[in-house]
Amino acid sequence: MNKIAQLLQNNKKQILESWMQNQLADASLRDDLISNEELRRQSDELISGLARATSSGNMDNIYTPEYEPVVEILSDISITRARQGFSPRETGMYVLSLKQAISTVLEEKYSEQPEVLYKELITTHKLLDNLSMVTFDTFIKGREEVILRQTDEINEISTPVIRVWEGILALPIIGTLDSARTQIVMENLLEEIVNTGSSIAILDISGVPAVDSLVAQHLIKTVSATRLMGAECIISGIRAEIAQTIVHLGIDLSNIKTKASLASALQLAFSMRSVEVRKINKNTGFSLTR
Amino acid sequence: MILKKTRRSLMIVMTKDTMQIVREQDVVPFRNRVRELSTKIGMSLVNQTKLITAASELVRNMLKYANGGKVMLETVSKNAQSGIRLIFMDQGPGITNVQQAMQDGFSTGKSLGLGLPGAKRLVNEFDINSIPGEGTTVTIIHWKHGR
Repeated sequence: MNKIAQLLQNNKKQILESWMQNQLADASLRDDLISNEELRRQSDELISGLARATSSGNMDNIYTPEYEPVVEILSDISITRARQGFSPRETGMYVLSLKQAISTVLEEKYSEQPEVLYKELITTHKLLDNLSMVTFDTFIKGREEVILRQTDEINEISTPVIRVWEGILALPIIGTLDSARTQIVMENLLEEIVNTGSSIAILDISGVPAVDSLVAQHLIKTVSATRLMGAECIISGIRAEIAQTIVHLGIDLSNIKTKASLASALQLAFSMRSVEVRKINKNTGFSLTR
Repeated sequence: MILKKTRRSLMIVMTKDTMQIVREQDVVPFRNRVRELSTKIGMSLVNQTKLITAASELVRNMLKYANGGKVMLETVSKNAQSGIRLIFMDQGPGITNVQQAMQDGFSTGKSLGLGLPGAKRLVNEFDINSIPGEGTTVTIIHWKHGR
């Protein structure tokens, strides 16, 4: 058994006391967020876990089975503390302050053997630095999960299908059209075609910054699927620079109905449904003939 | 564009930048970076769109076939004309038959097969260098007043 593990086991109480004292003395202690008992319980758990892990003799690689419980405790602490409102710095400092406590005990024990003391200090510091990184890792992972969830939410809300007229649907696409997004667009559109019994769908790509061959391929797929459902698809919002780019790329959109603006697409849709919108005299009132 | 074959003029690199492309999410920031650079040198909207689309094609190829790579973004100047040079470097499987890959409609993936030939048509200068097993490097240049 190595010295650190021995020290952790034999002097556990002393270390815990010293650590708790350090923490309680620290001005940045958030006693508004966590009670002393809770803090003591967490700290006790962590030291016991650490004692078990170090008794294996492994002092540098924390990604091994014997460190799993320690990493688990730390991740748990990191997550609960993040929820309680701690900053990642405060959680990191919590682990790092253990370094101070162990160092003090080590110093007392090996004050006669500076060489041993130096070696043990280096290994302890290395190990605890590694472990404090785990808390940061977990914190960031938690954040990333939130971001991923938000991305999904954005994808979902950013593809609305609007019923503009009886039998006519419009779908404004804003942002980049990637495979995942196309899937959502297609699903929403096809579902809405069934629900409303529409026969014309207008895909407006005014808000798509660049149309490359992948985006075009996705558009063609969506149009084909719509046609299979017995509806016709019009693509609108093709800007001048996009039109030139599509031609140079060599994408063939000739058998798809395309329009420059949503207004002209709507007009085409009206004429396809034999609907006519026209100005009339004021005194006769607004009317729309079919 | 007037190409003077008689006297070779020097191309000066004004600014240099590198971007790592490893995930599909990197495509949009990369495209925005290209847009930023081309706006800075005063490129017209049509030329900007052409360059961005070509860049988008190449970067997608890089992701799809080579699991990513890096792109060097440079502002260059030659004969008092400024332009953007993009160098796409990957360490993927390489292209065994470049000539075939440059044909319209050829694709080993399930795409339209317009990426490489389309990108070539969109920009002023295009150069591809591929060694099977080692990787592919594609260099494109688009001038401020390109056709």
